[in-house]
Parts: sequence; C-alpha cells; structure tokens
Amino acid sequence: MSLDQAKTHEQPRVVLSARGLSKTFGSFDAVKNVDIDVLDARVHALIGPNGAGKTTVFNLLTKFLQPTRGTISLLGTDITGLAPDRVARMGLVRSFQISAVFPHLSVLDNVRVALQRPNRLATQFWKPMSSLDRLNGRADELISAVGLGKERNAIAADLSYGRKRVLEIATTLALDPKVLLLDEPMAGMGQEDVGVIAEIVRNVARERAVLMVEHNLKVVADICDHVTVLQRGEILAEGDYATVSEDPRVRTAYMGTEEA
Amino acid sequence: MTDAIDTAKTGSAAAPARSVGTAQIVILAAGLLFLLLAPMFLYPIFLMKLLCFALFACAFNLLLGYTGLLSFGHAAFFGGAAYFTAHAVKEWHLTPEFGLLLGAAGAAFLGLIIGFFAIRRKGIYFAMITLALSQMFYFFCLQAEFTKGEDGIQSVPRGHLFGVIDLLVPTNMYYLVLAVFVIGLLIIWRFINSPFGMILKSIRENEQRAISLGYSVQYYKLGAFVMSAALAGLAGGLKTLVFQFATLTDVTWQMSGEVILMTLLGGIGTLIGPIFGAGLVVTLQNYLATSDFPVTIITGVVFMVCVLLFRRGLIGEFYASRLGRKLGFEHRQ
Repeated sequence: MSLDQAKTHEQPRVVLSARGLSKTFGSFDAVKNVDIDVLDARVHALIGPNGAGKTTVFNLLTKFLQPTRGTISLLGTDITGLAPDRVARMGLVRSFQISAVFPHLSVLDNVRVALQRPNRLATQFWKPMSSLDRLNGRADELISAVGLGKERNAIAADLSYGRKRVLEIATTLALDPKVLLLDEPMAGMGQEDVGVIAEIVRNVARERAVLMVEHNLKVVADICDHVTVLQRGEILAEGDYATVSEDPRVRTAYMGTEEA
Repeated sequence: MTDAIDTAKTGSAAAPARSVGTAQIVILAAGLLFLLLAPMFLYPIFLMKLLCFALFACAFNLLLGYTGLLSFGHAAFFGGAAYFTAHAVKEWHLTPEFGLLLGAAGAAFLGLIIGFFAIRRKGIYFAMITLALSQMFYFFCLQAEFTKGEDGIQSVPRGHLFGVIDLLVPTNMYYLVLAVFVIGLLIIWRFINSPFGMILKSIRENEQRAISLGYSVQYYKLGAFVMSAALAGLAGGLKTLVFQFATLTDVTWQMSGEVILMTLLGGIGTLIGPIFGAGLVVTLQNYLATSDFPVTIITGVVFMVCVLLFRRGLIGEFYASRLGRKLGFEHRQ
C-alpha cells in the first residue's frame, strides 16, 4: 500500500499514450505530430484556442476518427487499429462536446443503459424490463453522487444544459473507466454545477487518469496537474499550469483575453 | 373510472413508458374479443389475410419504429418464407407448425445475410442495399427449381395441426392464424421491452453515445434485423397456409413498398398502429378489387393524405391527441 503510494507519487504510470499523432482532412492538417502521455491518477488538461484541434485529438484517441499517421496505446496495448466500441470496453471512455445523453430516456434509464453491458444485461431479448431493476442500486449511487437525486425520474431532454452534462458524467462513470476523456465538461454550466463537476473530477482522478478539454482556465489552474497547449494542431507548450501560463507563446496565443 | 385513469397516470409518471395502464388493457382486451368473435360476421379468408399482413407490418415496424432502420426489402423475408413453408409442407410433408417454423427460420437466415451487408450503411444507402439484395432474391425465386418460376407453388396442403386438427376447417385455420398473430405480437412486445430493447432504444436516440459506452451497435442492429425478418417470415408462411399457394407476388419490391405504406399509415413506433394500417390497406384492396378504378391510385391518395394530415399515422395521432393522453397512452416524438 505505502509502496504503491510512493510509486504513484514518484513515477506515475503512463496509461494512455500517443506518438506522432496526425490527422489530415483533405489538404488541411487538423492535427500534426502530437505526442501525448496521460498519467494514472492525474488530471491532464488539453487547452488551446478554438480550432486548435482539441476535439480532433479526442476523436483520434477514442478511435472515433482513424489517425492518418501515428500510434496510440492504452495500458500498454496498441489500439491504433481498433474500433471505438472496443476501445471503450478496454476502459477508455469519453464524453462529448455537445452533451450526449439519450434524450427520451429518464435520468435513471440513461445511467442504467451504461450499466447494462458491464453487468451482462444488454443482450437478453427474452427478459422483462424489470430484470434491469437490479441495477437501480448502483445507478442511484451514481445519480446522487452527481447531485441529480431529485431529477431521477425526469426525462433527460427536460433537464437544463448543465444538468445534462452532469448526467453525462454520471453515465461515463458508470462504466468505471480506467481513462476518462472529458470534452469541455463545464462549458455552458452555471457556477454551482462547475463546482460540482470540479469536485467529481478531482475525486475520480484519485484512481484513474483524466484527460479533459477545458476553456475555463480557473478550473484548469485549480484541478489540473498537467497542461498541454495545442495551437493549429501542434503542441505549443506543456507542463504544469504555472509553467505553461508563464510561457510567452501561450500568452500570445491567448492574447491575454482568457487569462483568469 | 376516473380513479383508474388517475392510477394509470401516476403509474406512468413513476416509471415512464413501462407501465401498462388500465385503459390500454381494456382496449387490448376489446380488440382481442373482437378478433375472437369476428369470423361470425366477417369473411374468414379476408380476416386471415388481414392478420397475416398485420403481423408482417408489425414485424417491419420492429425495425423501422424501434430500431430506426428503413428496410426496402422485407418482401424477401415475407415471400421467401412463403416458399419455404410451401415447399416444406407440400414436398417434405411436414406438419403445418413445423412448416411455419421452418419458414421463419429460413427468413431469419436470409435476414442474417441481407442484414449483414445492409447495417454497414445508414439511411437511404441502407434502404438501397436491402432493395438490391431482395431484388436478387426475387430473381433467384424466378429461376430456382423449387419455386416453380412464374407458376409458383400451387395447391399447398394445409394439413393437420400437430397431426390432429384439420386446418381445412375454416374456423380451425382462423384460430391458428389468430394464435400465431398474438404470439408474434407478444414476441415483439417482449423484444422491445427487454434489456436488449433498451439498448436498441439508446442506439436510436444517440448512436455515438451508445458506441462510446462500449456497445457494438452493429450487432444490436443485426439482431433486430434478424428478429424482424423471422417474424415477417412467420407472417409469410402463415399466408401460404391460408391461401394454399406461394407465388412471386410476395417477393416483389411492390410488396416491400406495401408494408412500408401500412406501417406509416398506422403509426411508426406504436405497437398496434401497423395492425390498423394493414387493416386499412387490405380492406381497401378487398373492396376496390372489383371496381374499375385502380386500387393503387386510391391507396396512393390515402397515403398522401396521411402524410400531409396525420404525420404520426392513425394510431400515432390518436396517442398524441388529448383523448389518447388522457387514456394514458404516450407517443414518443
């Protein structure tokens, strides 16, 4: 135990790593030669101006897009050629920039859908819906963990934007992923929800790796251990927040406007 | 009664879309009672034809309404199974129940092949692949030995159900058709209200999200496709026993179009909508069969009126109406 802790403090394990990652759309290089290492039990932020290629990097890492060049490995396994659902089953789970919930399902059902596969309750077409009730305990835990207890039976489409994002995080956590990729989890949220999510991310990262795209630099400063700055598809700077924010190139890229 | 409606309402609020309210049960029971008594005052052959097409439309709706896949080749399963069942009972002398099961199994196998290729594409491309492959099957049926080409398989014996019940007695045949129809509906109902059905629903709602949760959506779509094909096959086999022949008519692309029409008319994504759609189309065809006026023009006009005025289909509009919602029905948008 103490040895483990000492280990993670000194030499955190690389769980997700990409080398020479590139993506070309026609003649446009969206991502150029990006190397990235995501460490276990750390929050890693990916920041950069609009159009820097952050979401494309996310899509490449989760295999929703096939990279033009480069390799990706997850927990030591090469996943460059695998399908996105396969990668998700290996423990790399993402959220989406535009909130991705199942709009006509209730909050409870949204979370239960995520729990069905790991609990081997996804393919039974002969069992009644009530067989899913045994997932309720775990689902309710997740729902109250993100503070959606009151909205448990609400239809997802009726939730506010911020609450939908919170729900999406709950469904992502339901898979107990090893690596979490969160695409702007706090965009468009009220201050209260931002606090809730920051707290959740911090907690989650005790046991797993988190890579997040985030525009709110205050949040980045508060909870992220490591920051990668992208610009025009290339890595501009890397390091902890203090180092990165002092970098003159980063300051120029942001033109001081978004400085918190 | 008001109490009953209130309970139905609160019930559905506590567990959305899962509870069956009192009003629904009453309506379903009335429908079943009607079908049980119908042969006393309606022509049995007409009723049996209607039930076969109703089951076909419900099977089709399993794919379109509950999975969001528009197949334009379902005639291959309906008509294919008609040939399989006809061949099995006529040449192999199987009892009708095994003939029906064999027809459904054959349709499921065809569904596996056609579905395997089609689910790789979406939307109009999906529809075109199913159309192309079902047309290939049509030409196979035209050329193959056992289908007897243009003649079709004629004078198919109805035989004895389980070796004892003589199906040449119209009442016996009618109740077999009704029983198979009800079983088919129950299978569909269970399928869409099961853990598997839940994943299908989530895929239809947000496919990307389902993938990111680790679901191999292709397998789920293929599963729904095969189930839909098998049930369409069950309907086709049943029709063969009723009419005692299997011909090319049931594998044509027009038949694929007709089932789409029935489903749209009745209401996509409602369990009983396609039954009414099929009822309407079959009734129109029956009553206009002797008139000089071409039936297709009438059904075409009905279809256009439906698309312009009742976009959700007859039953879909009823569910969405104030009366429908009062009775505790829900219609998903």
